[in-house]
Amino acid sequence: MAELMINGTVIEVSASIDTPLLYVLTDELQLKGPRFGCGLAQCGSCSVLVDGVEIRSCITPISALAGKMITTLEGLPAWYANQVGLQEIPASTPLQDALVDEQALQCGYCYNGMIIKGTELLLNNPRPSDAEIRQAMNGHLCRCGTYPRIIAAIQNAADKMSTALFTDATGEQKV
Amino acid sequence: MTDAPVILSRRDLLKRGGAMVITFKAPALAFAQNARTPTAGPPDPQIIDSWIAIHEDNTASIFLGFVELGQGCSTALLQVAAEELDLGMHQVRAVSADTHLTPNQGGTYSSSAMRVGGPQVQKAAAEARQALLTMAAQRWQTPLSSLQVENGIITVAGNDQRTATYGELIGNRQFNLSFSGTAPVKDPDTYRLVASPIPRNDIPLKARGSYTYIQHQRLPGMWHGRIVRPRGQGAYRDGIRVIGMDENSIAHIPGARVLRQQNFIGVIAPKEWDAVRAARDLVVSWDLPESLPGNDSLFSQMENGLTNDRVAQEEGDVAQISNATAVSSFKATGPYQAHVPFAPNCALADVRQDSALIYCSSQDIYNTRTSIAGLLGLEQEQVRVQYHDGAGTFGHSCWDDVAQAAALMSALAGLPVRVQFMRWDEHGWDTYGPAHIGKARVSADQSGKLLTYEYEGWQHHWSLVETTDQTARGTAAAEWPPFPAQQINPRTLGGMYDIPNRYLLNHHVPGLDYLKGAWLRSPVDLSYAFVSEQAIDDLAWQLGMDPWQFRQMNISNYHWRDVLDAAAHAADWQPGPANSVNSNAPRVRGRGIGLGTHLASYGGAVAEIEVNRQTGEVKILHLYAAIDAGLVVNTANVENQLIGQLVQTASRMLLEEVTFNKTGVTSLDWNSYPILRFEQCPQITPVIVQRLHEPPSGAGEEVMAAAAAAIANAFFDATGKRMTMYPFTPARVLATLEA
Repeated sequence: MAELMINGTVIEVSASIDTPLLYVLTDELQLKGPRFGCGLAQCGSCSVLVDGVEIRSCITPISALAGKMITTLEGLPAWYANQVGLQEIPASTPLQDALVDEQALQCGYCYNGMIIKGTELLLNNPRPSDAEIRQAMNGHLCRCGTYPRIIAAIQNAADKMSTALFTDATGEQKV
Repeated sequence: MTDAPVILSRRDLLKRGGAMVITFKAPALAFAQNARTPTAGPPDPQIIDSWIAIHEDNTASIFLGFVELGQGCSTALLQVAAEELDLGMHQVRAVSADTHLTPNQGGTYSSSAMRVGGPQVQKAAAEARQALLTMAAQRWQTPLSSLQVENGIITVAGNDQRTATYGELIGNRQFNLSFSGTAPVKDPDTYRLVASPIPRNDIPLKARGSYTYIQHQRLPGMWHGRIVRPRGQGAYRDGIRVIGMDENSIAHIPGARVLRQQNFIGVIAPKEWDAVRAARDLVVSWDLPESLPGNDSLFSQMENGLTNDRVAQEEGDVAQISNATAVSSFKATGPYQAHVPFAPNCALADVRQDSALIYCSSQDIYNTRTSIAGLLGLEQEQVRVQYHDGAGTFGHSCWDDVAQAAALMSALAGLPVRVQFMRWDEHGWDTYGPAHIGKARVSADQSGKLLTYEYEGWQHHWSLVETTDQTARGTAAAEWPPFPAQQINPRTLGGMYDIPNRYLLNHHVPGLDYLKGAWLRSPVDLSYAFVSEQAIDDLAWQLGMDPWQFRQMNISNYHWRDVLDAAAHAADWQPGPANSVNSNAPRVRGRGIGLGTHLASYGGAVAEIEVNRQTGEVKILHLYAAIDAGLVVNTANVENQLIGQLVQTASRMLLEEVTFNKTGVTSLDWNSYPILRFEQCPQITPVIVQRLHEPPSGAGEEVMAAAAAAIANAFFDATGKRMTMYPFTPARVLATLEA
């Protein structure tokens, strides 16, 4: 039995310690955020945050994660709230809202990684330039070709965050 | 639950316990459950109840045989239904494709969801509305013409006493009405919902990560499965031949089992990672014959081998070329390219002695049902196939192959099995978009009027037999019967221009000695346009004419004129001949224009690119494209489709090529088969030419060929050289510049 801290909760998992984190998240815990894309750390669909840094869960054995804080898409709004000091946990992050506003998605399968990486970027660099967005996101692939609207959504989310607007769980806009 | 049949009636479903219920898409079930019990086959499309159910709460379920591929068609088809029914978008839900619940509308390909499905749903909804109004008219003994409807509430004009909702009139009962297709439909000028950018209903769930993809589906008691094949397919004819296998090589993996039938090998395990490890560790020796041409000899083998030839068009007399002022002869090729959906294909199967339940991402669940019935030796009625979306597939990727593999493995194991392909399975065992060789010879007179158009092209056709079927039953490899519209055809090749003399020749290359092939978004059209539109462009250059104006003077069809002009205007195109400034600067810029299509609809595009003459790198700066797809039901969706088409075209023109040697495919992941990334993504300007009064003609692929042509022509504008192969790799670019 290994213990993992996932989305703020310590969870005992039955997987052997050489199991890549992704299979614990998808198979044992049946989360829908992180997902299999390549198993080779090439595409980004399996991304999670480990101590706030984006990693590829498909190649990271759980033995490497003892004592570390793992955040999946499911826990991202809470993690975001904690990072920016919100009292209430929003239903979704500003980037997720901006992606809906932009109607950016097509199949949407790559968006787990896009949202994880984009949120990491926005917290490290609240006003990224177009070039900085492209550079930060370059390791995340989208087969549908929705990059232009993702870039626009990241910029819109940056604008929203800079005016400290967010949507809380009731959908009300709060300042 | 062992005694429960898998062909479920609603009662069986409930008896089988709550766990099964989650395997349906919950909203569809909640709306549909009282209206319809599953039938052992597609419901009769000739009756209204097969398309629409009105519920007591004054909402409607629309049964869609077309599938959501991330293109937003489920939202757009609901717009059409809500429009004709006078309901709000909040009152309509889609029931997604299921061979036992939804009418067979055919496969969701060739941009057919709106082109074919739009009018079907529209007419069914109009007829349902007419039936509901007739009920109200009879109830109140008032003429039909005095009734009005808003949000499913019927009132009598000038009389606010009498109101009835659709739900009150028919709620959860059947119409019992045959579908005549004769009910009057709305005047397009009065549309409330159609032709507007209604937000897609699936996007919020997908953005929050709570959307259920096929990869998230589970069956009670299921095990995880993986296929075991050589890394990368060889020649289609050869299939797979196992020489030996050591089952003990996976004895260390808990619960792992090998499933084998003839040359099909799969592994299953209770835990997914154990199935992955078992597939990785199982020692198998394969017969790997050296029977492919490899990339180096591909085109010479295609062109020099025996072909089945067919004249696709002969009009006037192309010998008129002797009277031409300008003649352009151009030969070029297009590579094999892969679908490679972002999530490798996945399917789940629960196969019993006399029934099978299949969850998969097939774009044609009815055809999948036929193939699986054949594989399992069941009657079609015993097989139920449900569609659940995975990642965008852009044509026939491995969805049938994985569904067959899951069905076979469930049958062999006696357990429900979930199979997901690994990345190398998907990249290596795809049915690729076929390679093409094209030769164009075109001519124009002194005034710039096109005089003759000749094109001959070589390609093989789509593969009919899936690898699972081929390996498990020894079914011989075979191609689909030729489908002339997807081969050299008068619409795609020169059809946009007014040309008196034409000759089109199709060389069908027998495909069994090549890689497997199938339709990849805008099939072969990128290659057709790459050849044809460069030849046309060259005539304009020879005559010293602007390439936009040259095309304008040779087009009378207003659809083509409008997309050509819309793309040029979007790009602020200033007329002038191509490559008029032939710079030797290290980095040179160019612009190009092109036209293209796929079977229906019309695409025009402009590209702006930069070529690094020292490194051979090509950067696409901006793509502008206009589509005329008839009535565009959801403008936001179509804009998004255009963005996707243009980014994919940039990817396919710059980067994508299936590589293979004599024994097999070697491009097996995102490094060896790169696709466009954020840093390479051009600016995109999508333009819709809206036609409110014309039927929808499809918007999923039609600007890709135009954009491919525009990129190629921009390269000439920048460098004065013409690329004869794509993708434009630095090595090819440098070789072209030095030639």
